[in-house]
Amino acid sequence: MSTLSLTLRDSSTMLRRNLLHMRRYPSLTLNLLLTPVMMLLLFAYVFGDVMSAGITGGGADRSRYLAYLVPGILMLTIGGTTIGSAVSVAMDMTEGIIARFRTMAIHRGSVLIGHVVGSVLQCLMSVVLVGAVAVAIGFRAKDATALEWLLAVGLLALVSLSLTWIAVGMGLSSPNAEAAGNNALPLMILPLLSSAFVPVDAMPGWFRPIAEYQPFTPAIETVRGLLLGTEIGHNGWLAVAWCLGLTALGYLWSRSLFGRDPK
Amino acid sequence: MPSSVMPTTSRSDGHPSPAAVSTIGLRKSYGDKTVLDGIDLHIPAGSVFALLGPNGAGKTTAVKILSTLVSADGGQAQVAGHDVAAAPDGVRAAIGVTGQFSAVDGLITGEENMLLMADLHHLSKREGRRVTAELLERFDLVEAAKKPAQSYSGGMKRRLDIAMTLVGDPRIIFLDEPTTGLDPRSRHNMWQIIRELVSDGVTVFLTTQYLEEADELADRIAVLNDGRIAAEGTAEELKRLIPGGHVRLRFCDPSAYRSAAEALREVTRDDEALALQIPSDGSQRELRSILDWLDSLGIEADELTVHTPDLDDVFFALTSSTVPSPRGRRDQPKDAR
Ligand SMILES: Nc1ncnc2c1ncn2[C@@H]1O[C@H](COP(=O)(O)OP(=O)(O)OP(=O)(O)O)[C@@H](O)[C@H]1O
Ligand SMILES: [Mg+2]
Repeated sequence: MSTLSLTLRDSSTMLRRNLLHMRRYPSLTLNLLLTPVMMLLLFAYVFGDVMSAGITGGGADRSRYLAYLVPGILMLTIGGTTIGSAVSVAMDMTEGIIARFRTMAIHRGSVLIGHVVGSVLQCLMSVVLVGAVAVAIGFRAKDATALEWLLAVGLLALVSLSLTWIAVGMGLSSPNAEAAGNNALPLMILPLLSSAFVPVDAMPGWFRPIAEYQPFTPAIETVRGLLLGTEIGHNGWLAVAWCLGLTALGYLWSRSLFGRDPK
Repeated sequence: MPSSVMPTTSRSDGHPSPAAVSTIGLRKSYGDKTVLDGIDLHIPAGSVFALLGPNGAGKTTAVKILSTLVSADGGQAQVAGHDVAAAPDGVRAAIGVTGQFSAVDGLITGEENMLLMADLHHLSKREGRRVTAELLERFDLVEAAKKPAQSYSGGMKRRLDIAMTLVGDPRIIFLDEPTTGLDPRSRHNMWQIIRELVSDGVTVFLTTQYLEEADELADRIAVLNDGRIAAEGTAEELKRLIPGGHVRLRFCDPSAYRSAAEALREVTRDDEALALQIPSDGSQRELRSILDWLDSLGIEADELTVHTPDLDDVFFALTSSTVPSPRGRRDQPKDAR
């Protein structure tokens, strides 16, 4: 069997294993949805009127703030879901079956690839569910073309992929599930510090670099531009570059961690 | 993948014998603790090899190195003709491993675990289902097949573990304490399965704490102690290694003991217990001649017991640094026959 077909075959077997886990224990996935949905409702209904003042430059307009809010909430959803991936990788690594996999003539990376692909699918599913809640409370992107929708979904998938590889590395480098959950917390905190809730321009000067020089802001701005027609500018390329960089970094990091002798 | 030349397959007598597993000077340490300090093994294909040793001797470490799970610090190891360091995938394709600790996926059912193995061995769907059904039956797991493996009892997990190892018909099997935690019936069942595997030409490398198990199954036994092989051979050879078989005479009267000790000379004395040990293989003929000899010397012991050595004696003698005293143990009355 060629290396490529071995990779595909073993990785899809591992993916099936991970999907089976998710299906057997859906509460893990659903728990991860709670935070973004709560944030969505909280910001839309409780803080919405106040927050929107900063965006529309005057009168409170909840539906316009909702439109501003949703791309960031979707990124937050991805961040939260990948924390779950870090935890499940760390948990899986303590399972004896991983040692068994290591003594089998299978593609070495298939265990990780199975986790990553499973996690990306989980991210997209979560995005769809949270997106559905957003639509239910009034989010609309009427002006977006089919191509723009496609690009937006593509970017969300790319963000999921890159953050998942980072999360897998975090999971592999953590001794147990709790440590993994803590180590992966930045994946949830970074979107809170991005332009998800208020534009960078409305932030105090000392804070702006934190919001600007991180992957979530350009990614959020790009999705906003695609769905709502705001200015994208250089954010598109920046977002893609961040994603590719993080993917490469996370992949190499994870691979070297997994290649080490198990403890 | 480099096809490896095996310098170790030729024995000193010049006749090449195909080795399933061979190592030269295998070394491994964790931190500054040396676990394996130069291990040489030569396990012919189709045989059963048992590795014995006290807790912490390094048995599991040896299995982990030979099954490509961890790397050695020094020395060479070849399994199925492949170097474990240079061609691990060649090794992995030939082996099946059941580690000391459960290696099943607890979140999915026993049957799903088996099908997962079948998929990873690239069996067809049909073949995978056939092998799964057959092995579940053989390991008495049909009833539990649809339950999550984490709900299994320890013994059931162990059986599932070994069933998973057999998917894909490995030619060399590593079993690290395969029967620990099994009830007597399951243990005998396991022994039977191991014998069947061997009759199919499979090589079995097992570690065990049950010396009876090594005696039952193994063609050759090695005792690991302090990071080295303390002794290696067949069960019979090992038993002969130590002065285990003897007739023990115990006296109540110290003066009777002393005069008997002087008269008998070629015996081992235990002055504290007032006991003498005369080497003996325990056969009826030898026993009679010993009795005649004692009669002719007019020696009358207060108690006479016959001891035949077993692997326990070998184990205690060879690993004595880690147990209080092999003598003390052998003096216990339960050993008397
Ligand atoms: N990952 C590790 N890190 C540090 N020390 C280790 C590690 N694995 C094993 N050791 C040490 O190596 C020694 C041998 O351990 P090993 O598990 O091989 O023993 P064993 O013969 O299998 O014992 P047992 O009969 O209890 O299973 C022990 O002293 C153990 O503490
Ligand atoms: Mg062990």
